[in-house]
Amino acid sequence: MKLMLRVAPGIVRKPLIASVILETGALINIERASIDAVSGEIVLDVSDDKCKQVKDAFESRGVDVILLEIPVIRNEEECVHCGACIAICPTGTFRFDDWKVVADPGKCIQCGACVTACPHRALQLVLR
Amino acid sequence: METASYPNTGSLLWLYGSRCFHASRSISDEAEPEKPSAVLDVLKRPDVHSKRIKPARQGGACERLTAQFFRNRTVGVCWDIFLSEKVQAPAVAAEKSLSEINERIRDGSVRVVTAEEMPSIVEELGPDGAVREVDVVTTGTFGAMCSSGVFLNLGHSDPPIKISRAWLNRVEAYGGVAAVDLFLGATQPSEDKGIEYGGAHVIEDLVSGRAVDVMGEGVGTDCYPRMEIETTLHLEDLNQALMVNPRNAYQRYNAATNSSDRTLHTYMGTLLPRFGNVHYSGAGVLNPISNDPEFEYIGTGVRIFLGGAQGYIVGPGTQHSPDTGFATLMVAGDLKRMSSEFLRAATFTRYGPTLYVGVGVPIPILNERLALSTAVRDSDITVPIVDYGVQRRDRPVLRSTSYAELKSGSVEINGKEVPTASLSSFHMARRVAGTLKEWIERGEFLLTEPAEPLPRSGISRPMKQTKELPYVGDVMNRDVVTVGENISVPEAARVIVGSRFDHLPVVSDDGKLMGIITTWDISKAVANGNISRVSEIMTRRVYSATPDEPIELAARMMDTHSISALPVVDKDNRVIGMITSNDLSRLFAGRRFR
Repeated sequence: MKLMLRVAPGIVRKPLIASVILETGALINIERASIDAVSGEIVLDVSDDKCKQVKDAFESRGVDVILLEIPVIRNEEECVHCGACIAICPTGTFRFDDWKVVADPGKCIQCGACVTACPHRALQLVLR
Repeated sequence: METASYPNTGSLLWLYGSRCFHASRSISDEAEPEKPSAVLDVLKRPDVHSKRIKPARQGGACERLTAQFFRNRTVGVCWDIFLSEKVQAPAVAAEKSLSEINERIRDGSVRVVTAEEMPSIVEELGPDGAVREVDVVTTGTFGAMCSSGVFLNLGHSDPPIKISRAWLNRVEAYGGVAAVDLFLGATQPSEDKGIEYGGAHVIEDLVSGRAVDVMGEGVGTDCYPRMEIETTLHLEDLNQALMVNPRNAYQRYNAATNSSDRTLHTYMGTLLPRFGNVHYSGAGVLNPISNDPEFEYIGTGVRIFLGGAQGYIVGPGTQHSPDTGFATLMVAGDLKRMSSEFLRAATFTRYGPTLYVGVGVPIPILNERLALSTAVRDSDITVPIVDYGVQRRDRPVLRSTSYAELKSGSVEINGKEVPTASLSSFHMARRVAGTLKEWIERGEFLLTEPAEPLPRSGISRPMKQTKELPYVGDVMNRDVVTVGENISVPEAARVIVGSRFDHLPVVSDDGKLMGIITTWDISKAVANGNISRVSEIMTRRVYSATPDEPIELAARMMDTHSISALPVVDKDNRVIGMITSNDLSRLFAGRRFR
């Protein structure tokens, strides 16, 4: 399962991930991180069984945690199932199933590459 | 002389010497002649009108005579007699006529399949069996078709205006056609929203029943005094809205990849650097022209599926290039009858707007040649994989592939598995072919006889350019000074002071480009007290030009990367010159004011 962390000013300089790993013993993979002087946005991958524990641990430290259950929001009216999103996705979120595009949950890292690649402007990130 | 009965018509086949006579469709009490010579005698009789029908185009050995026996001014017997030089039954091809097929469409007995189903039917029954089993094969494609647009007639205003320039939702339409006829092209961007809204979006809005704001400027004449017009129109308010697409339904299309080290945004979608992906377009097995590449049926006047309505093939599309396997169609239809399911506006990021159009052509299975051509499979249709990283008209071809391989999800390039994806929708292509099939089965769509086939030869030629900008090699400075990577920064500073350039290419012992240093790099090194070797301060990732590039490409590279000079290298990456932004501005000034 993927988690998106929104780290507020004030705590962004703290070793949050390290302390959560020590507390939970979870194997955490950092998929994407953009951190500046005042805030941060981080996407983590955690095994499903540790997901709840990790989420609670971050939340107790004042971090906003969003479960990325839906990979991206797709406007079904606009999607024509062309496939322009498939090969450009760094994590292979999209694939054809009988020539209809399906998105697998748990792969998206909210990078937004598909949003600009979609000719029909049918895709939108979960948060933004 | 042998006599054999022909299995499906019950008529007789005479084999006589090297000739084969076949009489079929006898519908009278007139006895069929028993010998070929008797057939010829019958043909000579005064009450018999015989007509020699042109030999079939590709089966030159087989020619057909139709004998009509007139008795009491009515047709007594109608025989089709095939004369063949080959003594074999298959020379007598299984055939049927378009009017027979239309009769079956009217009485509901027509047998229609999609082009996806046809290969296995032909494999199982053979081409002759397929002719008897299948009447029509429907094809379909649904993809970005930039060369599309609509003619709109607004009706006359009071006082009347002769529109010279016009905008629909701020998208400019061509107004140079009479007074109130406009042509709106799909790829025209809007003046307020740029490429995110363009001509294609106006077309989709009209088809979806949404209002469109129209602005027009007039020229002001005695007959058309009005100078300006503003109104809001729906599709139903227009006298005519005719879709006329100069180039649709490419037979097949180049697959695209990118060797360069930056992401490209093209009409083939986002192409990731260093062969990160391959994009393709076209429906392969369902593609209309791929199912009739010899234009046995496809031609001017053929009724088709266009944007969810019945449309027509006008003729060959622009850039029609059957010699190279890139034939195209020009199509037309009534926008008022079309549906937004099959006309969808799109925008390719940093390219522009385009229109996804659904086009489907029905192919009547008149003979075995059409049965065979509609049995085409994805693996039979090959396309080149082209490197869009080279920004020239003639882009290098990396290898050839097939639609079967492209649809598998990956292809191999230089030993690396590269993911593939399509930009056209095979799901929607199936919807087009399936909808056309339903129309025919329901008796709502009759096939038309082509007025003439599409040209079977011809090639799309490149532009003749009479005012060519010079090449980098014509403009570059050849007296470029280079340094080796082991000299010190102060030495480099002395060289740069003595040269005409602010840029100093750094080269290896054999003259190959290794890096570049600028006066800024040297100043920074001195300011930081770092006066070591140039190899430590040089930029290693150098953009360079080649002498055979048009200067426009060098100018675009300098602009894209905000740099003011490019070393010019030969094919071995040896520095042979330098081109600077000064050279370009001098060139431009010279052209303007000379």
